[in-house]
Amino acid sequence: MPLELFRIDDRLIHGQVVVGWGQPMRLGFIVLVDDEVAASEWERELYRMGVPPEVDVVFETVEGAAARIDEFARDPRPGILLTGDVDSMARLARLCGRVRTVNLGGIHHRAGRVQRLRYVFLAPDEEGALRALEQTGIVVTAQDVPGARPVPLGDVLNGKGE
Amino acid sequence: MSNGTTPPRAIVAAHADLAAGLVSAVERITGRGAMLAAMSNVGLGAEEMEAFMRARIGDGIRAIFTDLPSGSWTMAARRAMRGSEEVVLVTGVNLAALLEFVMRDDLAPADGARACIDRARGAISLVGGVARAS
Repeated sequence: MPLELFRIDDRLIHGQVVVGWGQPMRLGFIVLVDDEVAASEWERELYRMGVPPEVDVVFETVEGAAARIDEFARDPRPGILLTGDVDSMARLARLCGRVRTVNLGGIHHRAGRVQRLRYVFLAPDEEGALRALEQTGIVVTAQDVPGARPVPLGDVLNGKGE
Repeated sequence: MSNGTTPPRAIVAAHADLAAGLVSAVERITGRGAMLAAMSNVGLGAEEMEAFMRARIGDGIRAIFTDLPSGSWTMAARRAMRGSEEVVLVTGVNLAALLEFVMRDDLAPADGARACIDRARGAISLVGGVARAS
């Protein structure tokens, strides 16, 4: 499946994604799945400017991405699909049924969230949503950069990740 | 790196400890490190970074230096400076750029940031190596 990474990262497109993951995997395209970004030309242009010209960026809502998931999967170029939050990834997985792994790349501090890793903070409802994803057979791990050890969700939630 | 008495003229915001290192070098070379406020992205989410930038612009900061054009500080700065025509952002910051900026304190911060770009580009050069026949 050319979509090699399904990543939850509240910074969406940034250095870790474009350089840390993108260069070693010879990234060809990014699917940025965010309802607000998809609705804003200014936001789309902002993210487009952060990506090298050889990498295509596709902006989609959750529903739009689910409808096009087979098209993305047929693309021969390596791709990354990004959501900015757990809920969007969970909705996408439910709608398309094609998500097999989920990478927790960066979910940072916000009121109501508890720190689980240096780069992963989760609220109770987000933890529940991730557990529910795993119960459907999706493998959830936390890994900010390719060289880091993938931390299974169970270890993330049990405080054994670091 | 502000000395607590002189408000900084610009923010240097970069990955990990890079900004602190750059500002430390500026201080060591010129004694003018207090003109720059260093910020790391470690542990900060996108909303926190944007809120920080917005607050500093509200405090009067008019020049922002970031490292990667695709970096999260760059994104945060671009959002925060939206609608503030007097604020300038320089991406791809290096030490030469910051040295030029602090030495050009005769210019307004935004003009100083513009002025340092050529210096920053000119500081990157290739020395040595074997010429390749094409």
